[in-house]
Formats: sequence, structure tokens, C-alpha cells
Amino acid sequence: MAELQPLINAFRLIGEDPTTVLGPDSAHLVAYGHRVISQQSIPGVLMQARSEADVIRARLVVAEGLHIVQPVHLCFGLFARHGTQNVELEVILQPESSVTLWSHCLFTTVEHATHAMTARIEIQEGAALTYQEAHYHGESGDIAVSPRAVVTLGPRARYHADFALVQGRVGRLDIDYTVNVGEQAVAELTSKVYGYGHDVIHIRERINLDGANARGLIKTRVAAREDATAEVIGATCGNAPGARGHVDCLEIVRDRAVVSAIPEVKVTHPLAKVTHEAAIGSVDGQQLETLMARGLDPEQAVDLIIKGMLS
Amino acid sequence: MKTWPREYAVSESADSSAVARAVDTLLDVRNLSLVLGGQPVIDGVNLAVAPGEIHALLGANGAGKSSLAYAIMGCEGYAPNTGDILFAGERINEWPMHERARRGITLAWQEPARFEGLAAHHYLALGGVGVDAAHCLDQVGLAPREYLFRPVDKTLSGGERKRIELAAVLAMQPRLAILDEPAAGIDLLSLDEIVGVIEALNRAGAAILLITHQENVAAHAHRASQLCGGRIVDSGPTAEVIEHYKARRCQRCNGRDCGHG
Repeated sequence: MAELQPLINAFRLIGEDPTTVLGPDSAHLVAYGHRVISQQSIPGVLMQARSEADVIRARLVVAEGLHIVQPVHLCFGLFARHGTQNVELEVILQPESSVTLWSHCLFTTVEHATHAMTARIEIQEGAALTYQEAHYHGESGDIAVSPRAVVTLGPRARYHADFALVQGRVGRLDIDYTVNVGEQAVAELTSKVYGYGHDVIHIRERINLDGANARGLIKTRVAAREDATAEVIGATCGNAPGARGHVDCLEIVRDRAVVSAIPEVKVTHPLAKVTHEAAIGSVDGQQLETLMARGLDPEQAVDLIIKGMLS
Repeated sequence: MKTWPREYAVSESADSSAVARAVDTLLDVRNLSLVLGGQPVIDGVNLAVAPGEIHALLGANGAGKSSLAYAIMGCEGYAPNTGDILFAGERINEWPMHERARRGITLAWQEPARFEGLAAHHYLALGGVGVDAAHCLDQVGLAPREYLFRPVDKTLSGGERKRIELAAVLAMQPRLAILDEPAAGIDLLSLDEIVGVIEALNRAGAAILLITHQENVAAHAHRASQLCGGRIVDSGPTAEVIEHYKARRCQRCNGRDCGHG
């Protein structure tokens, strides 16, 4: 299929195997701009997507009790020089199901682009979703990315989300996630972003621990150099007995970059507990010297520390 | 065990230079002084370590042992105010830390740094081309199958992290390894393993400057020196220096103001 060739090329460029995405055993959705290029359901996984003039609307449903072994792939991107992509995504995991969702957002060749994702994710009782979103950008820096999601976890549900934008210029990133966690459910959000040039990074992640014994972790890792700026807000609210939350922000700042981390912790029930830790600054001196004592020069040492943090 | 002349590590009271230079010297610290925050922490230290020598550095807390180690390694903020550090005959005072490491000096910190996302095998591979990371882990008593791909981060206990640090030093095959309290935080039953690592490093050709408070670790050194108030107050065969130290007989202040008297 000739239309898939840009995707295949992009995958090869980032070192991924396109056959895993498009194989017959994997549910997937591939969309360029506002055009659906390919979609596939498999037994137990319903993938429905349609193109509209200014948006892709997609719906993914995993049937009750099914544990899907092959990851489901979502491939979004733009392969023209300019463009806009708006995606509205609904994901529903029915009770006691599980799946891994890999979202690849490919913008390696664009010069000027906007990518907006609005997602509603419902993880029903006892279900588990692992969601990995990786962005691959080029060097233009003229790209605006705004992923937004509202996630609801039923009792005993599990949600592990990883967002990574560490290849290419960030451009303008505006993440806004809200996760509502039910009884004995667990939510973990990890964001890793590397900004440089004049990149502007906003990350706002909120976990509401609404159910008894709910658990939540927000983990943010941001490295910024040159003239990049970043603002990171990790908010956790403990609203139920036995709820436990933690916010963990680590940011490395170099050159003229400016980074702020604002952990917001709130408890509305006396038996809930929320903690936070935040560290912002240059690379840790002892880490740096430890690597220099192994023979790395300062630049090599800093690169290794940042790569490790963002890996 | 190799025997070493008492005069080789030079106390400030000895007629030093001629004696030290008479023997082939790997590390030669001459009249080194270091002032931190207006306080002298190293005060006219002379210390020589021969190739292949294990040299224990003893002293009370605050005596200046770690500061001397950092100065030799070239850590930021520890540039000597006066004196010379010679390594294999070259003055290295102005060399950056990584250059000292590339020439064969390395340091294992008392509290090793932790790194997110850096696996042990990768960390050990920094030591050079062709490093056998699994073998190095095995030598420090860590099962490679369990530790090779573990990140060197806060999920490790203090003792595990220290063992990986020693494995990283082994992997470097240094000419001079400065080990700052290598046995601190190691459980009692594993002390022999740590001593084994020190001896393995030594057998591989490394001279070792061994900072330790533990007598049974220091006892494996060929020679020892005692620091007190930033000065070398005793040097010689390890057993004698340890005995003096335990008896609190500081040659400089006679136990009055050396911090351990």
C-alpha cells in the first residue's frame, strides 16, 4: 500500500519495525492529518475511526475479560511540510480486560504543524491499560502539540501511562491530563520531555484519588537547555480513606533555560496521604564527577545523565 | 605480602624528597595544602604511593582524608592552594578530572551517586572497551543475572550500590584507585569479599589509596599513613601505624589536639 510508505520510512528512521504495527494480529489505526489511512480490528478489540473535515474521530473498545497480548498501535502524523491534525479518541476497556496501547506520533519532516489530541479513556472494573505515547519531531520547532485526556478508573482498575518527547524539537507542548481513580485502583503517569532552542513546555497532570485505597503516582522528568522554558504542574488530591498519592518531579536546567515545578498536593479525607518531591537544577555535581572519574568529559557526562533520566 | 620500607611514605618530619624519589613513585604528593571556607583542611601533606602498593590512609573524622582524595582526583572546589600532585612523574594539578581518569586515576566515593535509567552493564562499560561487566559484578559478589541490567539508582541498597561502584573501578583497570571507605555500609559477613576485591584490583596492577576506619580492611595494606588535622603524622608499615593510631599516639600533637586524642 503506497500510502503507508511515509509511515514505513518514518518507522525505519526511528528504529522501529513497521511490520509489528501493521501485522494481521495487531489492531491498529493509522492517520495522516485528517485522513484515516488504515484501521484494523481483531477479535475482542474494536477499532472504529472516521475522517471528518477537521478531525479524526476514533473509538477503541476492548471486550470484557479479554487480555490482548499484541499491543494495539495508534499511528498519527503529518508527512507534508505544513498541516494540522485534530484527534478525538475514545478508549473503553470493559471489565477485567487488559491491553497495551502504543501511540506513535510522527512529525519528523514537518516545518509548521499543529497536533491536538482529546481523549476520553474509561477503564472499567478490574481492567488494565498500559498507554505509551512517543512523539518524534524534526528540528523546525514550529509545531504545537496539545494532548488532553480525561481518564476514569473503576474499582481495581490499573492505568500506566508514559509520555515521551525526547527526539527532535518539542516546539510548543501543552499536556493536560486528569485521572480519576476509583476504589483500589492504581494510576501512574510518567512524562519525559527534552526541550531546547526556544521550546515551550507546559505539563499539567492531575490525579484525583476518589476511591478507598486508591493509589496514584505522577512522575515527571524534564531536561531543558538553551532558551527552552518549562512549567510542570503535578497535582494529586486524596479524597478517600487509605488513598495514597505521590508526585515526583526531577528537572535538569542548562544554559539559559528556565523551568518551574509546581507540585500541588491536597487531601480532603483524614485517612488519605499525599507526598511530593521536586528537584530542579543543573546536573547533580556528584553524578557528574562520578562519570568524570570514569573518564567522561563534562559534556559526555551531562549527556549520559540526561539520557538516563529520560530513558 | 610485599614488604615496603617504613620511609617510603614520607611523614612531614622525615627528610622526605630524597627517600621518596629513590623508589619508583606512581603518586607523589608534595607539600600539599588546601583551604576550604577559610579553614586549612590539608596542611603541607607529603605522601608517596608506589606502583602496585596498597596504602591505607587512616585518621579520625574530619582529619582530611576525603579532602585529600578529592584533591588528588581533581574534584571541583578541591584545587590545592599550594604544593604539587605528581602522577607517574607528571604534575597533574591543572589536569581536569576526566583527564586524570583517562591517565589511570579513579575514585570510588564513600556514598556513590545514583543514576536513573543507567543500567549496571552500561555503567561498568564506561571503564573502557571490552569490559567484561558480568565478570566484574561477579567479583564483587553480585550475581550478573540479577544485576547486569538493573539501573544504578535508588532501588539498590547502599551496600549493593557500593559493590557496583567497586565493580566499576575494577572495570576501569586503573593504575591508581582511590577507595573512600569501600567497606562502609557493607554487612559484616561480606567484608571478606570487599577485601578480596581490593586485592584483586591490586593483583591486576592497580596501586590503591585506601581510606578506611576498619582495622581488618586496613590491615591488608602494604603501608599506611595517618592524617591528623590535615597533616600526615605517621607513616610506615601498616601494623605499626594502626597500633599507634589505636593507642592514640599522634606524633604531632601527642593526642592533645588531633581530634582523636
